[in-house]
Amino acid sequence: MSGMYLGMPAFPEAARTAVRNPTLRGNLRHATHTIRDKRARAVAELDDWAALREAGKRIKDHTLRRLDHYLVQVEEAVTAAGGTVHWAADADEANAIVTRLVKETGESEVVKVKSMATQEIGLNEALEAEGIHAYETDLAELIVQLGKDRPSHILVPAIHRNRGEIRDIFRSEMSEWGRPAPDDLTDTPAELAEAARLHLREKFLRAKVGVSGANFMVAETGTLVVVESEGNGRMCLTLPETLISVVGIEKIVPTWQDLEVFLQTLPRSSTAERMNPYTSMWTGTRDGRAGEGDGPRTFHLVLLDNGRTDTLADEVGRQALRCIRCSACLNVCPVYERASGHAYGSVYPGPIGAILSPQLRGTGSEIDASLPYASSLCGACYEVCPVAIDIPEVLVHLRERVVQGGPAVRQGNKVVLKPAKGHAAERAAMRAAQWAFTHPGALRTGQRLASRTRRFHPRTLPGPGRAWSGSRDLPAVPAEPFRDWWQRTHGGKDGVK
Amino acid sequence: MRVALFLTCVNDTLYPDTGRAVVKLLTRLGVETDFPMAQTCCGQAHYNTGYRHEAEPLARHFSDVFKDYDAIVTPSGSCGAMVRELYPRMGERARAEGRGDSLAATVAPVVPKTYELTEFLVDVLGVTDVGAYYPHTVTYHPTCHGLRSLGLGDRPRRLLEAVKGLELVELPGAEECCGFGGTFAVKNSDVSAAMGTDKVRNAESTGADVLCAADNSCLMHIGGTMARLRTGMRPVHIAEILASTEEAVAV
Repeated sequence: MSGMYLGMPAFPEAARTAVRNPTLRGNLRHATHTIRDKRARAVAELDDWAALREAGKRIKDHTLRRLDHYLVQVEEAVTAAGGTVHWAADADEANAIVTRLVKETGESEVVKVKSMATQEIGLNEALEAEGIHAYETDLAELIVQLGKDRPSHILVPAIHRNRGEIRDIFRSEMSEWGRPAPDDLTDTPAELAEAARLHLREKFLRAKVGVSGANFMVAETGTLVVVESEGNGRMCLTLPETLISVVGIEKIVPTWQDLEVFLQTLPRSSTAERMNPYTSMWTGTRDGRAGEGDGPRTFHLVLLDNGRTDTLADEVGRQALRCIRCSACLNVCPVYERASGHAYGSVYPGPIGAILSPQLRGTGSEIDASLPYASSLCGACYEVCPVAIDIPEVLVHLRERVVQGGPAVRQGNKVVLKPAKGHAAERAAMRAAQWAFTHPGALRTGQRLASRTRRFHPRTLPGPGRAWSGSRDLPAVPAEPFRDWWQRTHGGKDGVK
Repeated sequence: MRVALFLTCVNDTLYPDTGRAVVKLLTRLGVETDFPMAQTCCGQAHYNTGYRHEAEPLARHFSDVFKDYDAIVTPSGSCGAMVRELYPRMGERARAEGRGDSLAATVAPVVPKTYELTEFLVDVLGVTDVGAYYPHTVTYHPTCHGLRSLGLGDRPRRLLEAVKGLELVELPGAEECCGFGGTFAVKNSDVSAAMGTDKVRNAESTGADVLCAADNSCLMHIGGTMARLRTGMRPVHIAEILASTEEAVAV
């Protein structure tokens, strides 16, 4: 993924900063609780929600099982409609393809539709390095870009900012990028939106090249779909002469009819809307289809792998590829709410990021090896997921990969991963506990020892024990364990083996 | 009906009062309960930390110890969920790894016979009024694995509502995790402590004397946070409330 996340500290360390920032905690608490309550109401309106969720899961699973077939179908359909399809194995390949395509147009500016795939590969930075300016047009992405910041949420990348902070960013930064914000700009939503609208309108009218991702690709016709709220995406998809779409290979649905499921579950799960305001669909170029005069003159589809095939090879982990990027799991996650998105060291934060990043990137770096532990396994994410990704199951599976290693697929090759460093003491403790728990006599000796020395037990612990007792008193050890009481009073009918 | 108490290693070692309360309660309801002395630990901490293979002998041991009972009752939502939800999954994984059906076959008999305490009371014994008396204001925290993995629903609340003298008050944000999460509590201690503090502040806002839950691991975290924040509230396991009577009132 993008180079800006290289060398990120492990999750617990990165989260500490956020936990201790009261403004950030307040912003996130307010935003996530508002959207989570709205989502719950929007979902409760549908009697057939459980059936829709199951259907979404099955459509995605079916497509992933036959991805080889559907990818070829997409390529054929897009080509037939006048588009050109490119295949990118990783971020570098995808960035090189897009850079070359933009250069071939002779332009040095592109307007962007909000897109996770292009964030994932760090496209803006790659283009900038080649002298091409990429302008984010989604309001929240614009705030992040102007603030030289990183996105902290999939759907609402500037969720960590409040209105006052956004006003300050607009006032100080907009003039660097184009039309400045008015000097007397206040922090009312209408004024902030108007300042962004005027700033962006200039870009839309000037741009010759648009860059997007897609929420879905319909295999039967080669149609791409973008679902959005603001209409800025539609401006980018319809005005420029050249459109380049970078799309993860897992975004395929086989037929138009399959969309009926996701166009119900996605808006309700993400923005808590019954229907999103703008759904744009396009197929190839305006000349590639007889009798239609709209859309781009040139269309390129860049199909992105970047770790997805490796993820697909994992029986337990592959369910992460069902994700439709709705963000419901972020909004309901108590860990995300307190750690904030930046702690996840990826454009995919929250519970889905904790299972996606260590699969797409591997578990080699400090941050990626720590992400599977960034959860209390409370299960709220699984409960709200509209494609029923059992995130806790995958988290535990990835913990196993971190501590025990084992078979995996990296860059298309079967490998056997070694256990991660730094877990030796834990592994020894787990094995010792396993031995004690299969020898009840040994367990009992340990319990009695704890009980008899209880007067000497401190209420707080030094060293690594502070991880518990820094914020919580230790429980008092009782005078005798239950099993001793039972044996005393009930005679221990079964006896100890 | 041969009923076994699966107390859990945490309760056995640290919370024997909860075990005594379960025995007292079930005896009062006419259920003779055995405590097989060979029981140890279900393996949840191993499994959830990534040591699935180390958890397998514990799952086999559990199955050996409890297989001949008609019902296995545990006062822990998360340990109950370990057996009911994750033992079958461990069996499937072993099979997928080419190690045959042995683990799946070993755990199969105990899985459907394992009940969390409030499930056993409401679904198997068919009681909601257990004849308890507990003269305190109580707020109830549904622990995550009981709520989402086992689907305990309103069973604990129905039991508490039938307790004489008990005033049940609503806990704001009740279904949010308290932040314990097993090894999460120490691996991500800052986030865990922040979640615990928010849970305790919400509990305090109810004005209750007691925060009740059906899992002592979560209560260890919540109670430890309450003590550190000097709230004056106390954590009490639901079994101790349900075991309490006018003749012998629990604290």
